[in-house]
Amino acid sequence: MKSVGVLALQGDVREHLNLLDSLGVATAEVKKPQQLELVDALVIPGGESTTIGKMAVRFGLFEPLRLAIEAGLPVYGTCAGMILLSGTVIDADQPLLGSLDVLVRRNAFGRQNESFEAGVDVEGLSDPFPGVFIRAPWVEKVGAEVEVLGSVDDHPVMVRQGRILATSFHPELTGDGRIHQMLLDLI
Amino acid sequence: MDTGTERVKRGLAEMLKGGVIMDVVTADEARIAAEAGAVAVMALERVPSDIRKDGGVARMTDPIRIEEIQAAVSIPVMAKCRIGHVAEAAILQALNVDYIDESEVLTPADDEHHVDKWAFTTPFVCGARNLGEALRRIGEGAAMIRTKGEAGTGNVVEAVRHMRAVTDEIRAIASMDEAQLMSAARDHGAPYDLVREVASTGKLPVVNFAAGGIATPADAALMMSLGVDGVFVGSGIFKSSSPEAYAAAIVEATTFWNEPEVVAKVSRGLGEAMPGIEIETLSDSERLASRGW
Repeated sequence: MKSVGVLALQGDVREHLNLLDSLGVATAEVKKPQQLELVDALVIPGGESTTIGKMAVRFGLFEPLRLAIEAGLPVYGTCAGMILLSGTVIDADQPLLGSLDVLVRRNAFGRQNESFEAGVDVEGLSDPFPGVFIRAPWVEKVGAEVEVLGSVDDHPVMVRQGRILATSFHPELTGDGRIHQMLLDLI
Repeated sequence: MDTGTERVKRGLAEMLKGGVIMDVVTADEARIAAEAGAVAVMALERVPSDIRKDGGVARMTDPIRIEEIQAAVSIPVMAKCRIGHVAEAAILQALNVDYIDESEVLTPADDEHHVDKWAFTTPFVCGARNLGEALRRIGEGAAMIRTKGEAGTGNVVEAVRHMRAVTDEIRAIASMDEAQLMSAARDHGAPYDLVREVASTGKLPVVNFAAGGIATPADAALMMSLGVDGVFVGSGIFKSSSPEAYAAAIVEATTFWNEPEVVAKVSRGLGEAMPGIEIETLSDSERLASRGW
């Protein structure tokens, strides 16, 4: 059975674990480097990207994470996860994995009062995906290897580069497993 | 695009789970909090231990302080309004804060009613001492709950009492049959539909943090072990002898609460914690937790 880890330093870890459970894979929390070696794919959840990044650095998980992704571990980042995977973030000084060749703008849609729900047309899915955007980032610029799979008002909110998948929105809050299934298909 | 939906309001609280929300008075304190790894900051006029010491009426903080804090950090900024003070809440929404705490730490403005929180786009967090109080606040539209504890005391015993009450009452309701739920709703003074929801899911419908008296990394780990989703730290950081060290250590202990070696390591040599107060020495009027209804 395939095993999918969820980076469990902070954020909505439980919602990802529940959704992955419903797709019939084994799940595991990842807090330490040795736990990273036991999973076939990884989710970096929603949360506060600065907190997750700092904790990964302080507890020696950051570099093993970067190397595992570089070595081909399929990974999916939601919101904070997208930020952490990115190469550059506008106006921010925080630890970034740099695995995904994109420039990201944090809180791009605004503060919490501008958080919203909207359907997103996702390439490869027949029906629009229920997008939940919470103080969400968007992708400002993509590198040559990056495919844009979904946008809101012409701003990319879902991208893929090889085995790296990222969304600005939170499928784990909706119970819709179609995007998590795309991660499983990358294993 | 739909803004202010229940899902995005409750959703932001989901994103804060496993994290620490720190009380700050100034932009400098907010920077220290963010640097230490706080998931959000709570802007207020004075930290609870100073409110206790100074007495008088405690109100919403000056908007200029909130704007300075918003400019200083990229993490969510929350702010407190007085219980029932709809105008302060409206000001905080206009200031674009990320969460409003309708808080017993400030002096109540209405001694019978809380704010109708459904009427706002900005989500609210409210304090609770037990399940009935939590469900009344959720019934009024709160998107997040925290235990009240006893703010500004550096004494965790009340936060523990309130969290245990919520957990025990949820457990009792989850074991009831359908016919018992209406009388449970009556006994708890809680909306019937929410009691039914708790009975079927076995948990609160929103995220629940601990607050009120958390002063050390071990206190944070204790509250996490009781099943809270995260912690608020008020006076515990900026009334300690070393705010930077306390802030970072409490964040680390919250993430690794179930690994005593880590909590031990981060607790070493932190210096003096904030001064504590024995709850029994407080008169009834000095107990903030009894504010709110």
